[in-house]
Amino acid sequence: MVNRGWRSWGPPVLLILPSLILIGVFVYGLIGVNFNTSLTDQHHRIGGDVAYVGFDNYRTLFQDDTFVYSLKNLLKYTGAFLVGTLVMGFLWAWLLEKGVKGEGFFRAVYLFPMAVSFIASGVVWRWLLNNAEGDRAGGLNRLFDQVGLGFLQNQWWTDPNWGVVAIALPAVWQLSGYVMALFLAGFRGIPDELREAARVDGASEWQLYRHVIFPQLSPVALSAIVIVGHMSLKVFDLIMAIAGQTNYTTQVPAIQMWVEFTRGDYARSAAIGTILLVIVAFLIIPYLVYTYRQERLTR
Amino acid sequence: MSTTALPTADAVLQPAGRRSDRNGGSTAMRTLRYVLLIFFLLVVLLPAYVLFVTSFKGLGDATPSRAWSLPESWETAGWGRAWEVLSPALLRTFSMVIPASIISAMLGSMNGFVLAKWRFPGADVVFTLLLFGMFIPYQAVMIPLVQLMQNLGVPNGVPSLIVLHVVYGIPITTLIFRNYYASVPTDLIEAARVDGAGMLRTYSSIVLPISAPAFVVVLIWQFTSAWNDYLFALFFSNSRNGPVTISLNFLASGQLQNYSASMAGALIASLPTLLVYIILGRWFVGGLMAGSVKG
Repeated sequence: MVNRGWRSWGPPVLLILPSLILIGVFVYGLIGVNFNTSLTDQHHRIGGDVAYVGFDNYRTLFQDDTFVYSLKNLLKYTGAFLVGTLVMGFLWAWLLEKGVKGEGFFRAVYLFPMAVSFIASGVVWRWLLNNAEGDRAGGLNRLFDQVGLGFLQNQWWTDPNWGVVAIALPAVWQLSGYVMALFLAGFRGIPDELREAARVDGASEWQLYRHVIFPQLSPVALSAIVIVGHMSLKVFDLIMAIAGQTNYTTQVPAIQMWVEFTRGDYARSAAIGTILLVIVAFLIIPYLVYTYRQERLTR
Repeated sequence: MSTTALPTADAVLQPAGRRSDRNGGSTAMRTLRYVLLIFFLLVVLLPAYVLFVTSFKGLGDATPSRAWSLPESWETAGWGRAWEVLSPALLRTFSMVIPASIISAMLGSMNGFVLAKWRFPGADVVFTLLLFGMFIPYQAVMIPLVQLMQNLGVPNGVPSLIVLHVVYGIPITTLIFRNYYASVPTDLIEAARVDGAGMLRTYSSIVLPISAPAFVVVLIWQFTSAWNDYLFALFFSNSRNGPVTISLNFLASGQLQNYSASMAGALIASLPTLLVYIILGRWFVGGLMAGSVKG
């Protein structure tokens, strides 16, 4: 299909060129400029005389307890978010997979939070995750008390060790339906013959899952991990809506990047942005290379 | 896994007819399954209940002990206050989201066509490089981006946000269209080529007329993500010229916690995307699938 010569590949290149230029400038170009800024001492808004300081900004960031704390927070949040959505998404898909009455309705309800912004859901989750306990308790703490599960009352996102995990709760609420849809598509992509063959061979239900269904679902699980994972690493809106930018227990790099920006410390802000990019790249680049290779194989 | 063909929910999620006999085990198991499904249904709907009920509570009705009760009397003051704050922003959001979705859908369609059916050397590499733009944390470009937009003279507020959602929407819209066009029989394109039709002729007379499903999916996707965006809005607008997410957060994070107004505001701000989801749900899910299950 690929013919030699300008006549054949000139027109398609011209058609896609505007997009390539835009992405070239707005993605790759700006990543470069941002990295460049992160190597300078531009700790103020107006350019003026700016000098290169090498990796000093990165060094001070990694020596800063708050930044290290925010990285740990990000790790905990991502762990909770990933495990939560994968478990819930798989469970829902598994419950629906065998065909139940009203499947479409269940699916639609499980998936609806996906259509809502993190800012809007943050409004209600801030109310639900109210940290008051006992008589003054509101939100989920009050509900736990009323249904006899008072021991579940806790400090939610104000806890310095695990507060950020409480933020994962609304995130799981919002994204589990999406993971369910992925797994459901995965389940339905498994040919019935495979299951039948395993049954004929006398496989137990567990063996069927272990050797037939899980392997068939692994590409879907990989997609889910990458998509939820990269969303998780970029968490920003939800924390802004629930805890705000100044709350210590829910600090993550994206919030700190914004705070440094509002202070006018562009160099430090740019360095945080670059660190975030590197973290996300560890997840994304292997995935992109993998899908690229798959494409080549199937072509 | 083959490339997603027609991106609707039913195409990917509907059980095959013959599966209905596989209803999984005993009556006890079936009952347990329904109990679990309904339990999770209630859990998922819990925040919606809170939003709805609290939005109708009067200021005096907000005591913690009545947190989960229905309003003592159904008041609409919260809704009035929320509408007052949000209505100008709603209009701005529509005027930002509609052009942004249409322009990025058109770009995505052209790119998808070229990358799927009118390929050039290195098309796969180009596609992968484009895709990377979909995953980056925008924090990694934000500082120079603010400066670039200033240098280009694009005013803050709606104009900036249109440009940004178009540009950063290119990867996902290209991906969805490319996957869709990959399912179009190549013979159709080749036949047109043999008949001497050029690229643009082929695109406009053969490919574009069958693109409606992909357009619906992409428009919904872009509409939803631009509508729900907060990050770009925060950097490129304020509560006087920005979209509804900015105004909502402004309303909800005030010193005086007016819960009924905040919750009414959250409902108002979510209504457009929720309506899209309810009316065009199967296409919405199709977009989610097309955006992820690939290769």
